[in-house]
Amino acid sequence: MNPLRVGWRLRCTIAVEMFPYLKKCEPPSDDKRWEIIAATMRKLGNERHGLIETLHSLQQNFGYLDKAGLTYVAASLKIPLSKVYGTATFYNHFTMKPQGKHACVVCTGTACHIKGAPELIRSIAETEGVKPGETTPGGEVTILTARCFGTCGLAPVVTMDGDFLAYITPEALEQKLREAIERAR
Amino acid sequence: MLADEIKALAIEERESKTRVGACVSVCEAAGCQITGPHALKNALVRAAAEQGYGPEGCTVRGVGCLGLCGAAPLVSVEPCGILYQRVQASDASDIIAALNSPPVKRIYLDSAIPFFTRQYRVVTENCGRIDPERLEDYVAADGYLALSNVLSEMTPAQVIAEIHKSGLRGRGGAGYPTGLKWSTVAKAPGSPKMVICNADEGDPGAFMDRSVLESDPHRVLEGMAIAAYAVGASEGYIYIRAEYPLAIERLKTAIRQAERQGLLGNGICGSHFNFRIHLRLGAGAFVCGEETALIASIEGKRGTPRPRPPYPAESGLWERPTLINNVETFANVPSILRNGGEWFAQIGTEHSRGTKVFALAGAIQNAGLIEVPMGITLRDIIFEIGGGIPDGRAFKAVQTGGPSGGCIPEAFLDTPVDYETLTKLGSIMGSGGMIVMDDSSSMVDVARYFMEFCMSESCGKCTPCRAGTAQMYELLGRFANKSARPADLTLLETLCDLVRNTSLCGLGQSAPNPVLSTLRYFRPEYEAALTAEEGA
Repeated sequence: MNPLRVGWRLRCTIAVEMFPYLKKCEPPSDDKRWEIIAATMRKLGNERHGLIETLHSLQQNFGYLDKAGLTYVAASLKIPLSKVYGTATFYNHFTMKPQGKHACVVCTGTACHIKGAPELIRSIAETEGVKPGETTPGGEVTILTARCFGTCGLAPVVTMDGDFLAYITPEALEQKLREAIERAR
Repeated sequence: MLADEIKALAIEERESKTRVGACVSVCEAAGCQITGPHALKNALVRAAAEQGYGPEGCTVRGVGCLGLCGAAPLVSVEPCGILYQRVQASDASDIIAALNSPPVKRIYLDSAIPFFTRQYRVVTENCGRIDPERLEDYVAADGYLALSNVLSEMTPAQVIAEIHKSGLRGRGGAGYPTGLKWSTVAKAPGSPKMVICNADEGDPGAFMDRSVLESDPHRVLEGMAIAAYAVGASEGYIYIRAEYPLAIERLKTAIRQAERQGLLGNGICGSHFNFRIHLRLGAGAFVCGEETALIASIEGKRGTPRPRPPYPAESGLWERPTLINNVETFANVPSILRNGGEWFAQIGTEHSRGTKVFALAGAIQNAGLIEVPMGITLRDIIFEIGGGIPDGRAFKAVQTGGPSGGCIPEAFLDTPVDYETLTKLGSIMGSGGMIVMDDSSSMVDVARYFMEFCMSESCGKCTPCRAGTAQMYELLGRFANKSARPADLTLLETLCDLVRNTSLCGLGQSAPNPVLSTLRYFRPEYEAALTAEEGA
């Protein structure tokens, strides 16, 4: 056997041991949703630039990003885990925490701000004891904020699972939250 | 699709429209979806069927933004041109019953009010008039005519010359001459070249791009294809916010339709020109509206800006020459090529040609999407088109340009709106968000709100922006709880100056604008917040 060849193999082995992300990657479990993630990466040629699209797909299918998912994506796209983590935490859209069954998103755009979004957030904190980014203790509703939905004519706006609640008052929002919590139980 | 086929389809589509008795259009843009998606449209379809209208008698269709978002949901009835406001599903049968009789009084909206008559529509000419999910509707409104003409009759240099002649300037905020940008990219060595459409509309209080993409997506695709032909690109990307699910859906549909008809892809309109458009979703980072950060984000990295030069025109996406324009800029292109550069140059003022789309919101009677010629006064926009301030309150300030802009007080309402005058007033044109504030708003609070925004959206790469915005936010907090010392005011001004002059990208350079403009026009509010005890 060519001694040079052996040296190359040895070097490869050492590299793979040092950088685990070079190993051939298997999905963390046999959950069918991993196939969707793999398909997203394949569609973009398994290239590094597909990272953000893949993270979108991951979050859409699993609700949030966890270490297993990020490691799998890092290994598949051959990007260091640290970079994947850096990207995932850079963008506000991605979350690393499990989400509640319902999502209540308060718009904090300029129009909503001057029409009372801060009062909405304050009232949720008072009545439910939940701040933006947190989930009610029973895991029913997650309260989030958005920079701007671009539906400023309806300010202040809140979305409940994607449905727009326009010109909402703290009292009406409280009622909607109670309903959502009931439904989740 | 060949040029002749496009013309034939347009004629056929227009003829089929004349055969229909009445056409009821429901606004299905995000701003009108209070009643839930399709609920209103389905109610109208049911009502039409119940009252015995066949497909020839009355068609019900979803359209894009009808403009007056403050009176949502809106419904328009053609050909009589009646508008209805705040329509509920329960109003559906009344609307259908009134097709051949006087309109329903209860929900009638007068379309002769200045809000509609004072507008000049170029970019939004099809908004609310075509079904955004049908390519045929866009073709019937002379869509893709410009593209087929350009490909068969013009050289890339002629296209750029036409854009030069029109005097079009970038609608994303900075107002860089579009013709100049195009010719720089066209001349840049290296291939293949790239075209990027910046649809990362991050300014809070701005929804022009969302409305255009939701109401008329094909117009943007056509504009991009023309730009690609002019600069010699074969790949295009649209970078759009993930917060706009409906716009993403409509863009996907539009790209699919255009590819199927041979208006995108290989050999467009029977020529040798190839152009593909890919969609990339943003992930909620305001800084990605900055061009170099946007490019980094498309490449799958953290969206941090890099120093320029090299400008993206020389070395952009994957180090290739890249043309980046805003949605509204691309949306202007088909109209310019169809009607000629001179036509466009007639509209507006000497240095700011054409029209501008504004998203009017806040303490205003008629909140919504408007398009006005450049050079109109702020007073006309707010009091004529916008209908003034509701609840009998007094006007205090208008905020333009989002977190990079400033607040303009009543004294300057008569200045004409164009790039230069707004900059002189300490604000910027920006992408077109216009938030009106009444006397109940505190200017210190507004400045603090924007500083909080810039602080949390700062990417953290350069220190002046990362640390400066946090310090300014803290200082503004002292003013908000009335515990500031006189020295804080000086410190705030010094910091503004420092951050503005030493930050790497536009986010940091313009972050002090809201503070500086409110300090300039509403200084007494800051002084009133100083604590009584000297040296406390």
